[in-house]
Amino acid sequence: MRDNEYILQFNNVCFRYEGDEENVVLPLALDNINLNIKKGEFVAVLGHNGSGKSTLAKLCNALLVPESGKVIAAGMDTSDSIHEYDIRQHIGVVFQNPDNQIVATIVEEDVAFGPENLGVEPKEIRRRVDEALKTVGMYEYRLHEPHKLSGGQKQRVAIAGILAMMTDCIVLDEPTAMLDPIGRREVLKTIGKLNKELGITIVFITHFMNEAVAADRVIIMDSAKILLDGTPKEVFKERNLLKKVGLGIPPAAELAHKLRKTLPDFPDGILTADEFAERFITYARA
Amino acid sequence: MIKDITIGQFFPGKSFIHKMDARAKFSLMFAFIIIIFVCKNLVSLGIVFGFALFMIILSKVAIKTILKSFKMIVFIIILTSALQIFYNSKGTVLFDWWKIKVTDIGMLTALFMAVRIITLILSSSLLTYTTSPTLLTDAIERLFSPLKILRINVSTLAMMMTIALRFIPILIDEVDRIMSAQKARGADLETGGLIKRAKALLPIFIPLFVNSFRRAFELAYAMECRCYKGGEGRTRMTAMKMHIRDFFAVFVIAGLLAGVIWVNRVFVALI
Repeated sequence: MRDNEYILQFNNVCFRYEGDEENVVLPLALDNINLNIKKGEFVAVLGHNGSGKSTLAKLCNALLVPESGKVIAAGMDTSDSIHEYDIRQHIGVVFQNPDNQIVATIVEEDVAFGPENLGVEPKEIRRRVDEALKTVGMYEYRLHEPHKLSGGQKQRVAIAGILAMMTDCIVLDEPTAMLDPIGRREVLKTIGKLNKELGITIVFITHFMNEAVAADRVIIMDSAKILLDGTPKEVFKERNLLKKVGLGIPPAAELAHKLRKTLPDFPDGILTADEFAERFITYARA
Repeated sequence: MIKDITIGQFFPGKSFIHKMDARAKFSLMFAFIIIIFVCKNLVSLGIVFGFALFMIILSKVAIKTILKSFKMIVFIIILTSALQIFYNSKGTVLFDWWKIKVTDIGMLTALFMAVRIITLILSSSLLTYTTSPTLLTDAIERLFSPLKILRINVSTLAMMMTIALRFIPILIDEVDRIMSAQKARGADLETGGLIKRAKALLPIFIPLFVNSFRRAFELAYAMECRCYKGGEGRTRMTAMKMHIRDFFAVFVIAGLLAGVIWVNRVFVALI
């Protein structure tokens, strides 16, 4: 494998799904996407339902291959079917519904599923499983049955299942969409930890604005195209554009924006509630 | 209602039977079932029944849960033993009315049949009560792996079993959810004749099937993401190992078989 600065590269990628009926050509699900993701980056992808963000996830590890253009994952072309399983050892995908991605009836056996498929030695599998479960904070639950866990716990087991394969990059396709607020917080914390402590590249697909704030880079997708791409500060500055495509900005940013209407000198570029509180206190004192 | 089914459930524990190697347990349970059919009279069957009870006590599975699983099959037990009473005309007649003759041997055979079915259920449910589903499928996979010669893909079959077991609780929850949703929209599931009620189940099963297909596709994607490509080249995290206790169990079962054969010879055969 070539040593490359980028773990994922999309070059002029177009993709469309095949319809059930003949002669009916569905519109493009991805329209000429160009995107480079560096190793170790934490990227959040935001967009509406049907904006193409889930399709993007499936193209990352050769579950789908582009109609035209190229996806280079970990230095390998995904349309080359010889590399299919090599790519999946480097890039893992976690899906929305945790129930539909857990295979075994015991937590630790599910986490072992990936390394077992790769033909790893039993002792090494044991080590990886324990480590992965400790990383996501589910070690005490290793002998539980998955259906008795909460949504957030199940999703963390699913993440551990990918971790045990020791991938360099994890793509998460709306992992928080079906969870309650507590589960969502647990999963977000885990994802942050993977990126900061283990240096794993994260592509985090979501439709919650405030979840994207923690990322290094935010990509906004709309109607199969990339609309905006930049740091959270840069992207959420475009309030009007985001409103136009039916997306909002994080609540704290929205609040700051509304305050600026009456207090024009109130600081700009606030994204989180903590930031807001801090700036507000300094502003009020001044 | 659906959640009451205990057959096939697993109760974790640390007893001798829980700790046995799943392959040994599976084969010995099979041998035990054969022994049940080797019994020819009530004395030998009594010994085997006593042994089954002893195993249940040894496994420390709550008697209550076992009795619960019998609730559903009481009817079958009664029916088979009742048939034995009416179809047996050997022995002294105890009761005679029109075409029905009840003899003492008929009564004994009925008792024999009832005990036989109960012992069968006790022993086979003990296997699932004390073995986790994954260990059980693992054991089946390993025991039947010689079938590879016949080009039967045992590991794929075992994977199918594991997935089926994994999705049973999920689908049960889903049935509950769909039923509630349909009831909330005015579906009447509890009144009317058999046909009407069967028809009322249609709006439950259609969404269930549609959802199952959707789940299957998603699971397939998730399995592909984790590099599943069939049984070839797969390793397992836990290696199965036979211990002294498993060899001991083999001897106990062999001893039981020898004892049953001897008792069969000494006492008069009933069947």
